[in-house]
Amino acid sequence: MGKPMPIRVIGAGVAGLTVAFECARAGLPVEVLERREGPGLGCSYLAGGMLAPWCEAESTEKLVLDLGVESLGFWTKAVPVARQNGSLVVAPARDRPELSRFARRASGFEPIDAARLAALEPALEGRFDGALFFPSEAHLDPRAAMSCLAARLAAFGNVTLRFGVDAMQAPERAGWTIDCRGLAAQDALPDLRGVKGEMLVLSTREIALKRPVRLLHPRQPVYIVPRGGGHFMIGATMIENEEPGRITARAMLELLGAAYCLHPAFAEAEIVETGAGVRPAFPDNLPKIRREGRKIYVNGLYRHGFLLAPALARRVAQIVLEDAYFPEVMDAHPCERQSA
Amino acid sequence: MEAEMDSDLGGDRLTLYGAEFSSRLLAGTAQYPSPAILSRAIAAAKAEIVTVSLRRESGGSRSGERFFALIRELGVRLLPNTAGCRSVREAVTTAQMAREVFDTPWIKLEVIGEEDTLQPDVFGLVEAASILTRDGFQVFPYTTEDLVAAEKLLGAGCEVLMPWGSPIGSGRGLNNPYALKSLRAHFPDVPMIIDAGIGAPSHAAVAMEMGFDAVLSNTAIAKAGDPVKMARAFALAVEAGRTGYRADLMQARDMAAPSTPVIGRAFSSRARA
Repeated sequence: MGKPMPIRVIGAGVAGLTVAFECARAGLPVEVLERREGPGLGCSYLAGGMLAPWCEAESTEKLVLDLGVESLGFWTKAVPVARQNGSLVVAPARDRPELSRFARRASGFEPIDAARLAALEPALEGRFDGALFFPSEAHLDPRAAMSCLAARLAAFGNVTLRFGVDAMQAPERAGWTIDCRGLAAQDALPDLRGVKGEMLVLSTREIALKRPVRLLHPRQPVYIVPRGGGHFMIGATMIENEEPGRITARAMLELLGAAYCLHPAFAEAEIVETGAGVRPAFPDNLPKIRREGRKIYVNGLYRHGFLLAPALARRVAQIVLEDAYFPEVMDAHPCERQSA
Repeated sequence: MEAEMDSDLGGDRLTLYGAEFSSRLLAGTAQYPSPAILSRAIAAAKAEIVTVSLRRESGGSRSGERFFALIRELGVRLLPNTAGCRSVREAVTTAQMAREVFDTPWIKLEVIGEEDTLQPDVFGLVEAASILTRDGFQVFPYTTEDLVAAEKLLGAGCEVLMPWGSPIGSGRGLNNPYALKSLRAHFPDVPMIIDAGIGAPSHAAVAMEMGFDAVLSNTAIAKAGDPVKMARAFALAVEAGRTGYRADLMQARDMAAPSTPVIGRAFSSRARA
């Protein structure tokens, strides 16, 4: 066998970089092409970074739970950037029915009382009469995670990272092409749609949280993820449109209202950042790996980029290495559906 | 047997602004786990009309088009709403945008008056309804069970009413059956769709047994553990309630009324033995 042609990964978001990592550590030559000037500057940049597969089971299918649990190890062992401190779900007194509904759908938690909640998160003492505690869940800072992952990749001898390049114009041939462009791949994946999400970052030293907290509300559940250094990421809306950038006053009101409800001290916090991105999703909101010969699309990670990417990346590497097939995430290419 | 039932219902059509439908269950399109599940639930509900919120999903430009395209692919009649509007002006503007985007004169008019209960502002509702009907809209006003408000809405040109069962998303069923019955009795010929607060299939069946023309459900189906199964349950309940109403329900009474004569009590001694 001569010198193998490289695996070309298009897109340096969390999907692309995890795919590159899994291929590289299997010994394959990899080149990553990204049109932006650095890694993780698309959806990944605005992600919450919650690794909460058991919580997500409340609103998604079992596939997300299974792939999510599988991915946890990547962020705690292979690229250990996550803190596995668990996560909490709370509801204001008037929305208690939402908490029992959540408990019926989710798994992997223990219901805890106010005293236990105060022991876990002293900042929340006296604010809620109970909570659901998911001890095995984890969280990470997506930006730190992407930098770390990119640095680890750069240290491999068999990986090239190229930023600011248009992969569609790349003249060299590649052995395999792994398209991880996210929403930009709509040109090739006609059933891919965008779901807008808005977030903000607050800064305050008055409150400390050790783990993500989800606040349930019948209209708009919101989560708050501690980012360290007194920073808290508050997210995220889910709106069925593909408009990037613009963040509405209503979204801010909802997110800030939730933060204030969790703890009034957030009212005095500084708003250090607001952001809006568009998540790629298929009609069933589940991730897919689509293969056309030596071209593979990894897409539709929706709200679960960090949660699902490692499990999908591992599968992509096995497709490349062993011609493996994974029916749980693979289907036929839907070009014929384009006429719909 | 099923064919017989279908042919019986075949003659029982729901007419809304001149358009005829055989299904009496209207479904919402918000809060589903995914568009794919939404699509399967609508099929299971056998709904022929779905509501769609323009305001929430549309962005600055027409960036919500892809979701709206998925909704259109359901192949059902769309009833755009003005969900979340809090003033007459806002509701009217949203209705006009909806007419453009969805190319329909239908509008489910919501003018919310109170944040906690999302209760309709009936004063604003009547005002917005009269502006919109004059502009050629066919208005479906989301209103309370209030008789006078209903009368004023009809006066404003509405030909369909959508009284609430209880507050939006509360799942409490029919909070004020007395007033709803009275409303039904006052306007026997106006199509009325029970709109909000339906939490269980039994609530929908009760509304239909009371003689309401249709039921709209969103949250109860969308947020169910299995939305597709719940959609089917609602379809069955609406059909059961409607068929029961048409079969002329017996009247409740204060005393037991034996279904077999008791004179002589020939068999009662054995029960006592």
